[in-house]
Amino acid sequence: MAEPLVKVEDLKQYFPIRNGLKVNWLKAVDGVSFEINASETLGLVGESGCGKTTVGRSMLRLYEPTGGKVTFDGTEITKSNIQQMRKEMQMVFQDPYSSLDPRMTVEDIIGEPLDVHHLYANKAERHEKVLDLMDQVGLKADHAARYAHEFSGGQRQRIGIARALAVNPGFIVCDEPVSALDVSIQAQVINMFEELQNKLGVAYLFIAHDLLVVRHISKRIAVMYLGRIVEVADADELCDEPQHPYSQSLLSAVPIPDPKIARERKRIVLEGDVPSPLHMPSGCPFRTRCRYATEKCALERPELTDRGGDHFVACWNK
Amino acid sequence: MENYDVNKMPKKQFLSAQIDLSKFEKATDEEKQQQDIMGESTTFFKDGMKKLLKNPLAVASMIVLLFVITVIIVAPMIVPYSYEEILTVNGKRDKGAKNLKPFTYSKEEQKFIANGGERFPHIMGTDEQCRDYFIRVVYGTRVSLIVGFFASIIVLIIGMIYGSISGYAGGRVDLFMMRVVDLIYSLPDMLVIILLSVVFTNVLSFKSGSFLAALGTNMVSMFMVFGLLYWVTMARLIRAEILSIKENDYILAAKSVGASPVSIIKKHILPNCLSVIIISTALQIPSAIFTESYLSFVGLGVQAPMPSLGSLANAAREGLQSYPYKLVFPALMICLIVLSLNLIGDGLRDAFDPKLKR
Repeated sequence: MAEPLVKVEDLKQYFPIRNGLKVNWLKAVDGVSFEINASETLGLVGESGCGKTTVGRSMLRLYEPTGGKVTFDGTEITKSNIQQMRKEMQMVFQDPYSSLDPRMTVEDIIGEPLDVHHLYANKAERHEKVLDLMDQVGLKADHAARYAHEFSGGQRQRIGIARALAVNPGFIVCDEPVSALDVSIQAQVINMFEELQNKLGVAYLFIAHDLLVVRHISKRIAVMYLGRIVEVADADELCDEPQHPYSQSLLSAVPIPDPKIARERKRIVLEGDVPSPLHMPSGCPFRTRCRYATEKCALERPELTDRGGDHFVACWNK
Repeated sequence: MENYDVNKMPKKQFLSAQIDLSKFEKATDEEKQQQDIMGESTTFFKDGMKKLLKNPLAVASMIVLLFVITVIIVAPMIVPYSYEEILTVNGKRDKGAKNLKPFTYSKEEQKFIANGGERFPHIMGTDEQCRDYFIRVVYGTRVSLIVGFFASIIVLIIGMIYGSISGYAGGRVDLFMMRVVDLIYSLPDMLVIILLSVVFTNVLSFKSGSFLAALGTNMVSMFMVFGLLYWVTMARLIRAEILSIKENDYILAAKSVGASPVSIIKKHILPNCLSVIIISTALQIPSAIFTESYLSFVGLGVQAPMPSLGSLANAAREGLQSYPYKLVFPALMICLIVLSLNLIGDGLRDAFDPKLKR
């Protein structure tokens, strides 16, 4: 198999919680590894607060990771080469309202990455490049002189995508790019993500909590729980035959647009709350809410193991 | 939908909510285009100025302030008296020109005019030392405005630099810097101002002829007092604003694009603080004018014979029952300046804050 474009190995991100003189470590991401091939999409799902966003941000070194290694195209990303790597790895943010500077015109927002990396010779070239990017994401040329607050949520997200595309990256972290949008707009934006992938060959890490959206756009899906990946598999396989008990309960909660099927379906309702990441349970982090939990789960933490056909599951009992 | 035939629609039933399409007209291309057109977009600054000029209160205040500024510049050139000059008629001291009412002349002056002489009217009368009161008020306004503007600029510069470093750096740097601010904040303002102005007035000495000497030691010491004391409020305001702006995703986006901290502060953070900076500077000016008036009122401000609105008000206090207009003029002047500056500040905030856009 060819070398993957992005390789994440044992990524760890702990945040210090100072409580007087004592320092507790919040383990937001605790040993996450995955690979993404060129022009491929990996979906990352999980409930709120499980560390999905933190994975994306640590990968781009918006937070300084506590441990682990991120490699892009064979080069390890370090503090010293991150400035160059920012040309290769970009990010689309969740909230299209707060991720665009209200004091800047669309042209300046999209042109900022060009400014930072000196990607143009003169003003005319900059203008041309910005217009070209706007065209790619379906914005009109006369929108260039406007401010972000003059646009709707979907249009704003397009501006954010154009900004990420400006440096012509090979990989984009999409941090819940559609969860703040209307359902009808979601479809447009997702289709645009796919078109851009076909045209430009970018790879995505697509973070979301809507499983249907993720299934639609991703080739493979990773399920996260409390800072760890519990299952990785091909998108269709994971949705049709989830192995990990957490993935099973997640999928059983996906709404089905047919009331007849929905009525017959058995929902797996999880009991209890998510444990605090400050006081992680020993062994498997999911054991406190798992139906299949045994003594072994409390003693040892299960690693991701291949169950055949690139389907990885971290569970002792499945 | 292009070749949809209205006549082939099923007929509308009685009481049904079906729309009768035959009553509708197709939109022309021009009408469709109208849906796409957004309001005309302008630059941030132009847009703000346009909105500011639409605000009648702000415009009126600007006119008032401009008028006041014009008067204090032009009046000393026209009025033949000076602020420290005791009135004379034909080279002789005019002892009767004491506490004259507005637009009246003393007996000596009336004689002088009757003999064909020309005498500039005392627009606001005269004071108890036979000096023209109008020109004294004009100079007092000058002093007050200069102190207000310069003190605010000093406060703004110190506060902005200190506040943005503290806010952006965060962590221990922020903690330390803010404790220093708390320390200064906890000192009793007036006591420190009084002590400092006494000390500075004695310590400072300038080469005669220099710009600072022209301003006078008192004025310079007042600037320094304001600069040393009042920047803390500005620093706190700007720090608080930066702390909240820093959490926005667009700062993170700028970081992920690779922008340096300096350019993030310059391009993203300070422009977004602009409304706070503008409004607090505009409000700092009247508060500095107030403090200056207060200091002059208790006798620590500018030195006699140089008048300021505060010292004029203080002087008027003595003859308040006989000559109330002498308190009214400087007090009215303070009111006008402070009110118009406050209204301009409000107008600026409304105009330059995109979040308030309606």
